[in-house]
Amino acid sequence: MATVRQVCHHVRSKNAGPYWVTLDLFFDGPETFEKYGQSPALGPDTIQRLFGADPALVKRFAVPSLNVVKISYARAAPQGGEVERDMHCGQQYVRLLDVQLD
Amino acid sequence: MPSGPIKIIVPCGSLGAGVVEEEVQRGVALGAHAIASDAGSTDSGAAYLALGMSKNNRGSVKRDLKILMKAGAEAGIPVIIGTSGQAGGDLNVDWTRDIAVEIAGELGITPKIALLYSEQDKAVLKAKNAAGKITALAPLGPLDDATIDSCDHIVAALGPEPYIAALQAGADVILGGRTTDTAVIASFALLHGAPQGASWHAGKVSECGSQCSVHRDRGAGVLLTIDQDGFEIETLALNNQCTPHSVSAHMLYENSDPFRLTEPGGVLDVTDAVYASTDDRTVRVTGSVWDPKPYTMKLEGAAGGRYQTLMLVGIQDPDVLARVDAFHDKMLAALYDRARKSLGPEAGDFHISLRMYGWNAVSGDKPPPGTPAPRELGVLFVATADTQELATQIAKACNAYFFHYPISMDKELPSYGFAFTPADVERGQVYEFKLNHVVHVDDPMELVRTAWVDLRKEEAA
Repeated sequence: MATVRQVCHHVRSKNAGPYWVTLDLFFDGPETFEKYGQSPALGPDTIQRLFGADPALVKRFAVPSLNVVKISYARAAPQGGEVERDMHCGQQYVRLLDVQLD
Repeated sequence: MPSGPIKIIVPCGSLGAGVVEEEVQRGVALGAHAIASDAGSTDSGAAYLALGMSKNNRGSVKRDLKILMKAGAEAGIPVIIGTSGQAGGDLNVDWTRDIAVEIAGELGITPKIALLYSEQDKAVLKAKNAAGKITALAPLGPLDDATIDSCDHIVAALGPEPYIAALQAGADVILGGRTTDTAVIASFALLHGAPQGASWHAGKVSECGSQCSVHRDRGAGVLLTIDQDGFEIETLALNNQCTPHSVSAHMLYENSDPFRLTEPGGVLDVTDAVYASTDDRTVRVTGSVWDPKPYTMKLEGAAGGRYQTLMLVGIQDPDVLARVDAFHDKMLAALYDRARKSLGPEAGDFHISLRMYGWNAVSGDKPPPGTPAPRELGVLFVATADTQELATQIAKACNAYFFHYPISMDKELPSYGFAFTPADVERGQVYEFKLNHVVHVDDPMELVRTAWVDLRKEEAA
C-alpha cells in the first residue's frame, strides 16, 4: 500500500494558462516511477473525483528521464471567476497526496 | 552582426521582478549580443488585461528597465521586452513606453524604440471568425460575436517576426505587446540564423530567468549561447548553477504537455532533446526539433463582470471552532435570508460566499469527520452583485449578522474579531478571461501594428 506522498519527493500544481491545470509528480526514483507511474489510481476518474474535471479532458504524460508523471486537466471553472479560491492552482496538488496507488 | 554563437542575456523571469545589475554587466562582459525578457503573463488573472494595468509597481519596472537600457546603450546591443506591462494590451505597452522615454531622458541616451501592438480590433476578429479562421481550444467551444463584444481588451500573442522586423529596422529597444515568452527570447537568434529548434527551446527554458537553475534564490538571470548544433545555458550568478535535471525539469513548468509546445508557426518538440553538463555550472542541450505548422496566434480576451464587496472576521470561540461546517451552513443561510428580506427584489441574482480560512477556504471541500479544530478561523465574506453599490448594500445588510452570528442561541450574542471600520471593503469587478482560441493568419505581421519613438530623430529635430 503506497500513497503519492510516500513515493514522490515532490508534487506540485500550477495553472497552465487560464483554462488548464497541470500536476507534476516527481517520483523518488526509477523503481517507484516504474511501479506506480502508470497506476490507474492516477487516471481520469481520480482527477474527476478530486477536481471536478471532465475525464475526457485529462492528459497524462510519463517523463522517464526525470521520473516524473505529469497530469493536465481542464479547470472546472476558468481562472478568476466569482468563486475563485486558488488563482494559480498552486495548492491543488495537496488533494493528490493521499491517493492510494495500489 | 554576431559571428559564431549567439549570446543572449535573459536578466530575470519578468521585467520588474528584480534584475541584478552585476549579472547584466557580467553577461555583457561575456559577449552578449542582446538582452531579452518578457514583462508579464496571464498567471495573475484577467484584471491586468481588462484594465490595461501593470501588476508590478511602476518603480520596480522602471528600476529594472533602467539597468537594461543603460547596459544596452553602453554595449550597443538591443533590449527586447515582450508582454509589456503584464498583459501586453495597448495601454500596457504605452505605460511601459512612457517609462522607457523617462529613463532615456534620465540616462541622457537617445534610443530608437519600437512598439509592437498586439491588441485586436473586434470587427477584424468577427470577420476572421466568420471566415472560419478562428479555432477553439479545449475546453471552450466555437467563438461567437457576443463573446468578442463582451471583452474589454483582446490581444493576439505575437511570434518572433515583428521583433525580427524591428531589429532589422534598427531598434535599440523593443517594447512588445502580448507575445509568447519564448518568441521574445528566440527572436534575436532566429534573425541571425540560429536553428529553430535550439532557438525556441533556449527561449522556453530561460523564460523564467534563473528558475531553471538549482538555487532559484541565487541571482535572477541566465546567459544563453546558441550555435548551429544546440545551445548552452548558465546562470549569471556565479554561486548558482544549471544542471541537466534543473533545466529539463523546467520544460514541465506551467506547460500542459512536457514534450510539445505550440508556438506561432510551429511546435517545439523536445521529446528527443539531450541535456548534458559541460562544466559544473553550464548545461548543453541538443536534439530540439521545430515542427513547422500553419501560423496561428493565441487570443486572450478579458472582461470585467459583476462586483464584489468583502468583510472579514477572525474567530477563536471554541464552540464555533468545534463545529465549523455547521456554523458555516447556518450563517450562510441566515445571511441570504437577511439580504433578501432587507433588499427585496432589487438585490437581483446576488451571491454570497463564506471562505473559512484555517478550515477549508482553499479547497471548499468538507474536511473528513475527526479533523481537529483549528486554533483560529478567518471568515471572509464575499458578496457578488450586479453593481458595486448593490454588493455593498448586501454587505451592510449582513453586517450585524456576520459579526455576531451565534453558534447556539442559549448564550449572549458573541462579537467576532474584526479589524477595520468601516468593515466592508469594496473590491471592484470580477475579471475573467473569455477566450481560449487561436486565429489563423497568412502573414505573421497581419495582426501587428508597429510604431516608433525615435529619440535620435527627436533630439536632432
